[in-house]
Amino acid sequence: MPKISFENYDAEGFFDEMFESDKQVKSHYALFYDRIQKMGIKKLNILQHSTDRVQLSLGMTFNVYSDNQGIERILHLDIIPRIISGEDWDYLEKGLKQRIYALNMFIDDIYNDQKILKDKVIPKELILGSQTYLKQCIGLKPPKDVWVHITGSDIIRGADGGYHVLEDNLRCPSGVSYMLENREILKRTFPEVFEQLSVRPVMNYTHNLRDMLESLSPTGDNSIAVLTPGIYNSAYFEHAYLAQQMGAELVEGRDLVVKNDIVYKITTKGLKRIDVIYRRIDDDFIDPEVFRPDSLLGTPGLFKAYMKGNVVLVNAPGTGVADDKAVYAYVPEIIKYYLGEDMLLPNVQTYICDRADERQYVIENIDKLVIKQTDASGGYGMLIGPKSTIEEQKEFVEKIKKNPRNYIAQPTINLSRVPTLTDDGIEGRHVDLRPYILYGNEIKITPGALTRVALKKGSLVVNSSQGGGSKDTWIVDNI
Amino acid sequence: MLSRVADAMYWMTRYVERAENYARFMDVSFNLTLELPHHISDQWQPLVVTTGDWDLYQLMNKTIDKQKVIYFLGFDPKNPNSIYNCIINARENARSIRPEITKELWEQINYMFYFVKNGLQKKVWQKKDPRAFFEEIKKGSQLFWGIIDATISRTEGWHFGRIGKLLERADKTSRILDVKYHMLLPSPTDVGTPVDIIQWAALLKSVSAYDMYRKKNGKLTPARIASFLILDKEFPRSMLRCISHASLSLKMISGSGYGYANAAEKEIGILESQLEYADIHDIIASGLHEYLDALQIKLNNIHSAIFESFFSMENNCSKM
Repeated sequence: MPKISFENYDAEGFFDEMFESDKQVKSHYALFYDRIQKMGIKKLNILQHSTDRVQLSLGMTFNVYSDNQGIERILHLDIIPRIISGEDWDYLEKGLKQRIYALNMFIDDIYNDQKILKDKVIPKELILGSQTYLKQCIGLKPPKDVWVHITGSDIIRGADGGYHVLEDNLRCPSGVSYMLENREILKRTFPEVFEQLSVRPVMNYTHNLRDMLESLSPTGDNSIAVLTPGIYNSAYFEHAYLAQQMGAELVEGRDLVVKNDIVYKITTKGLKRIDVIYRRIDDDFIDPEVFRPDSLLGTPGLFKAYMKGNVVLVNAPGTGVADDKAVYAYVPEIIKYYLGEDMLLPNVQTYICDRADERQYVIENIDKLVIKQTDASGGYGMLIGPKSTIEEQKEFVEKIKKNPRNYIAQPTINLSRVPTLTDDGIEGRHVDLRPYILYGNEIKITPGALTRVALKKGSLVVNSSQGGGSKDTWIVDNI
Repeated sequence: MLSRVADAMYWMTRYVERAENYARFMDVSFNLTLELPHHISDQWQPLVVTTGDWDLYQLMNKTIDKQKVIYFLGFDPKNPNSIYNCIINARENARSIRPEITKELWEQINYMFYFVKNGLQKKVWQKKDPRAFFEEIKKGSQLFWGIIDATISRTEGWHFGRIGKLLERADKTSRILDVKYHMLLPSPTDVGTPVDIIQWAALLKSVSAYDMYRKKNGKLTPARIASFLILDKEFPRSMLRCISHASLSLKMISGSGYGYANAAEKEIGILESQLEYADIHDIIASGLHEYLDALQIKLNNIHSAIFESFFSMENNCSKM
C-alpha cells in the first residue's frame, strides 16, 4: 500500500503535470512519486515547514505594497517540484530562441528604419501611438544590436498540454533569484532524488549573466553595477542576491552621478567610473531629465551618457514596445517577417479590441474572456470574465469602448496543474512557467525556470502580489 | 567602497554594539535589584540617564519603575535607541548592503531581527524574569562579532564596521562610568561594605570588565576602576583601547602612515595621544565628570569628521 493515497486526487479535467488522466504517474515523475510514497505525508509536511523557515532566515522576503508599513512576506515555496521532460524543454528552448531573436530585431527596426511599419505588416498607429514607444530611443543602436538582454517569458500549458507563450516580459523580469534559491533549498529537501535523477543544473545563470554584462562593457573595465530602487522595492532581495552572486556593485540612483556624460559611483575615495548597469528600475524612472521628472530613483544625465555610448543599460530602454499586449498578437507576423519562419511556440489566441469586429466579439462574450489592459502587469488591470460580477463586466465594457487601443482579450486559459501541499493534503493547483533567457553574443537559456503556482483552490492567478507561490522546476533527462 | 555602503557598515555595527550594551546594562541592573537592600535599589533612573534617553523617557512616562524602564530601553518601538529599534536598524542597514557582507553574518542579524520582533509580540518585559532575553541579545551580538572576525575580509568595509563599533563602545563605557562613579562615591560610610563592593562590581560587570579587572588590579578601588575603564592599554572595552583601534582603522582606510590624511584622523589622533599620556590622579583631581564630558564632545566631533570625510555624498562628489 502506498503511504500517500491519490485516490481522491481530482484533476477536474485540467491537464495535470504529474498524472495521466487515468491517474497513471507520468514517467518523468515516477522516481519522485516513489520517493514521496516512502516518506509519507507527515514527513512531507515537516519538510515543507522547515522550508518556510529557511526562506525567512535567508531573507527571501518581499514587501507587499497593499499592506500597511510594508510587511515582509516570503514567497511560499511548495516543495513538490514541477518536473519537465528534457524533450519538452528542448522544444521550448528552440521556440523561445526564435521568439527572442525576432522580437529583438523588431525593436531595433521600430527605433531605426521602421521597415515593418512601412511594409504595413503591423498598423503604424498601433506602435507609434503606444505609451510604450519611447521617442527618446529613436535612432538608438545599442552594442551588438541587442536590446533585450534579459527576458523572462511567461509560458502556460492548456488543456491539451500544449505550451503557449502568455507574455514576453522584455523589460525587467523578476523571479530568477527564486529559481536559483529554490533549487538550493530543494537539494536539501530531496537529496536522494537528485542523486538518482539527473536534473539539469541552473547554477550557471549568474555566471552567464556576468559574462553577458562584461561582453557589453564599452571600456573593457567591466565595472558592473546592479541598479535597484532600494530595500523597500518588492524585488530587492533579488537585486541584492544577483549583485552578490555576480560580485557586482549594488547601487541606488543616489549612489551615481553623471559628469561630462560619464557615469560614476560615489565612493569614500571620490568618484569611480561605472560602465555597465543592469538596471532594475523601469524606463520611466531611470533619468528625471529625460523621463519622469519627479523620479527620485534614477540619476540625472544617465540617458544621455547611455546615448553617447559611455555606459550600457541592460535591458535597453524602449523594449516595452515589444512587450505591449497589443503587439503580442502580432508576434507570429513578426517572426515570419524577420526570420521567414513559422512560429514554433504559439501564442494564446488574442483578440485586439482596436479591431472593430474583434472588439464587438469581446464585448458580446465578456463573461467568457480574460480582458487585459495592454500597459499593465503583475495581474493588475485585468478582468477574469467567468469570475466577475455583472457590474465589473459593465465597467470593463465602458473602459474598452472609451479606449479600445488599451485592451486585448483572451479566452480563459486552463493553466495546467501540479500536485501541491495544502492544508487538506495534496491537491492540484494551477501553474505557469517562467524561464530566463540571456542574450549577449548569443542567446542562452538556463535549463530551469520559476514555476509560479496559484495557491488558492481553483485560482488561476499566479502572481506573487495576488496570493501566488512558487515551485522548483526540474528539467530531467534519464526517464 | 560606496559612501552609502561605508555609512551602512558603520551604523550596522554601531547599532549592534548599542543593543549589546543596553542588554548588559539591564541584565546587571536586574541582578542588582535582587541583591541590594530596598532603600538603595533604585537602579533604573540612573540607567536611563546613562543611555542618554532620560528626556524622552520623561516625555513618555509619568513614573519610573522596573517594568517601564525594561520596556522603554528594551522594546519600545517609540524609543529610537531601544534594543528593539537598534536591532531593526542594524538589520535594515545590513539588508541595504547585503552583497557586501557574508551569508553567515546576514543570517545572524536576520535571526536577531526575528528574535526581537518575537520578544515584542510576546511582551517579554512583563515576565517576572526577562533576563533570558538580554542574555540572548548579548550572545547574539557576540556571535555577530565573531562572524565578522571569521568571515569578512579586512577591506574598507570591515574597518568602517570596526570604527562604528568602537566609537559606540567608548561612548557607552564613558557614560556608565560617569553616572555610576558619582552615584557611588558620595557614600563614605559604605566604603568597603558588602553593598559598596556589590555596586562597584556591578559597574565593572556592566561593561564586561569584572574578570579582567580583578586579574589585573585585585582590589576594587574607585580610582583604579576609573583608570581601568578609561586608560587601560590592554582591556578591549577601555576608552583608550577603543580609540586607538578606531584610529588604526582610519589609518588603514586612508593608507596614511605618519601624521594624518583627513579631519577624522586628526581628531581621533589628538584624542588618542591625550588618553595615552593621561594619569588617572590628574583626571580625578581636576574633575572626572568634566573630563568625561569633554571626552563625549570629542567623540561626537570624531563622528562628524568621519561623516564629512567619507559618508557625505556631496563631499565625495568633489573628489576626483
